[in-house]
Amino acid sequence: MLFLLSQIGRFTLRQLSEMGRIFLFLLSAVGLAFRPPAKLRLVVYHLKTIGVDSLSVVLLSGFFTGMVMGFQFYYSLRKFNAESWLGSAAALSLLRELGPVLSAFMVTGRTGSAMAAELGTMRATEQIDALSSMAINPVKYLVSPRIIASLIAMPLLTAIFDVVGIFGAYIIGVGLLGVSSGSYFAGMDTSVVFQDVYSGFVKSLSFGLIITWVCCYKGFNAPPMATGVSKATTESVVLSFVLVLVWDYFLTSIML
Amino acid sequence: MIRVVDLHKSFGTQRVLRGVNLEFVTGKTTTIVGTSGCGKTVLLKHLNLLLTPDRGEILVDGTDITKLKQKELYEIRSRFGVLFQGAALLDSMTIFDNVAFPLREKTRLNETEIQKKVDDRLEQVGLEGMGYKFPAELSGGMRKRAGLARALVTDPQIVLFDEPTTGLDPILAASIHQLIARTQRTFGFTAVVVSHTIPQVFDISDYVAILANGVIEEIKPSNEFQASKNPIVQQFIRGDTEGPIQVL
Ligand SMILES: Nc1ncnc2c1ncn2[C@@H]1O[C@H](COP(=O)(O)OP(=O)(O)O)[C@@H](O)[C@H]1O
Ligand SMILES: [Mg+2]
Repeated sequence: MLFLLSQIGRFTLRQLSEMGRIFLFLLSAVGLAFRPPAKLRLVVYHLKTIGVDSLSVVLLSGFFTGMVMGFQFYYSLRKFNAESWLGSAAALSLLRELGPVLSAFMVTGRTGSAMAAELGTMRATEQIDALSSMAINPVKYLVSPRIIASLIAMPLLTAIFDVVGIFGAYIIGVGLLGVSSGSYFAGMDTSVVFQDVYSGFVKSLSFGLIITWVCCYKGFNAPPMATGVSKATTESVVLSFVLVLVWDYFLTSIML
Repeated sequence: MIRVVDLHKSFGTQRVLRGVNLEFVTGKTTTIVGTSGCGKTVLLKHLNLLLTPDRGEILVDGTDITKLKQKELYEIRSRFGVLFQGAALLDSMTIFDNVAFPLREKTRLNETEIQKKVDDRLEQVGLEGMGYKFPAELSGGMRKRAGLARALVTDPQIVLFDEPTTGLDPILAASIHQLIARTQRTFGFTAVVVSHTIPQVFDISDYVAILANGVIEEIKPSNEFQASKNPIVQQFIRGDTEGPIQVL
């Protein structure tokens, strides 16, 4: 009984101190991001790895998500004779929910896992120690530019996802199922308000932060061996997905 | 001078260092030997505080660096050069950029001065004309030499070498030893070498220390080390599986 209690206590303590460490990591990475000298060149480099490299997968998944929504919403709306609201339904669900969340998932898979693997390998091959030994703060050099880049890239990728998705739903709804083009856009025009765009923007911004934070933390602290790197990569993807969904719930509940 | 006083370090339940006491004389070369996994790298990484001790002091010219603030620690660190076990070159940049990296980040030298300095160092380690290659395109020995060039490019007062010759063929190992000895004579830095390559490494060392069971079991001038009557030293030199050092 006592043994069980002490095990539970030790587990809780370990989880709490891990949570403390992961928050401190975020604070120092964000704090260092705004301390000169700014590493503009590195931010641009990571804009490429986060933004450009994820672009094709975001385009593809956005397009197919939109097309699926074209079918699904058409099917549901027809039951209420409300097919003309297809454009509005697609735009609202993309802008408010599916755009930010699904592009966050795509970026996690495409770039987040690569970040964890790259930093984990740098840890295992002592490159992070080498930076420290040259009196360079490895968090400022490796993590801060990635965080800035993801804060810029994530909203842009989400916007692209939204636009492509709306286009995909248009192709199915208007091109295939015969909804009128005018009502598709008119419905969108009357029902989408600034708050919808704004909430999607806030979501994408915070998802970008969560993904980079979690994936960099896991990679940065990976045990210095091959299994450590692979474990860190898997954990970073799973934890990013879960945190994105949990945070999405909170944001939705306060911003609805 | 660097002095390590009663240094303790554990990872989880594994006690790696259990009270290390050791002095590194300024301008001399001290070699640390010991079995694989006995904690040599861990000890080396404490000297510029890449790892923080659980207990104990590390005095660099009288200052206990375990008590320094981050900024002061960074100043101390820039007096060190480190050659890591796997060279630890940043694999996202070329050899030239790797060697130039500490200069670009930490000094105000302009690009022509940096170019000259990096070319000098690359030539000293026999890598002239290889600057444009990436670390992945070089052999292990070339990477080590590039790592050496990077460690020396800032003219450090203290240089730490982690197994500079492990995994190299005997000829390459000898050439790296000569390189270390020659640069040490040229620049006069304090050298700390971790190595298994005995007895060859004795030729370039002034002092040899043996780390076993988490403590320094013996430290002697290198010409007296092999004659030491300490059973641990004898076991290590002869490579006996039976003796005071428990391997398995
Ligand atoms: N960051 C770390 N986390 C956990 N254990 C470590 C870490 N670094 C070293 N160790 C352990 O400490 C012991 C000594 O390692 P090391 O100093 O690398 O040995 P060596 O003498 O071969 O250089 C090993 O058993 C290793 O597993
Ligand atoms: Mg080692």
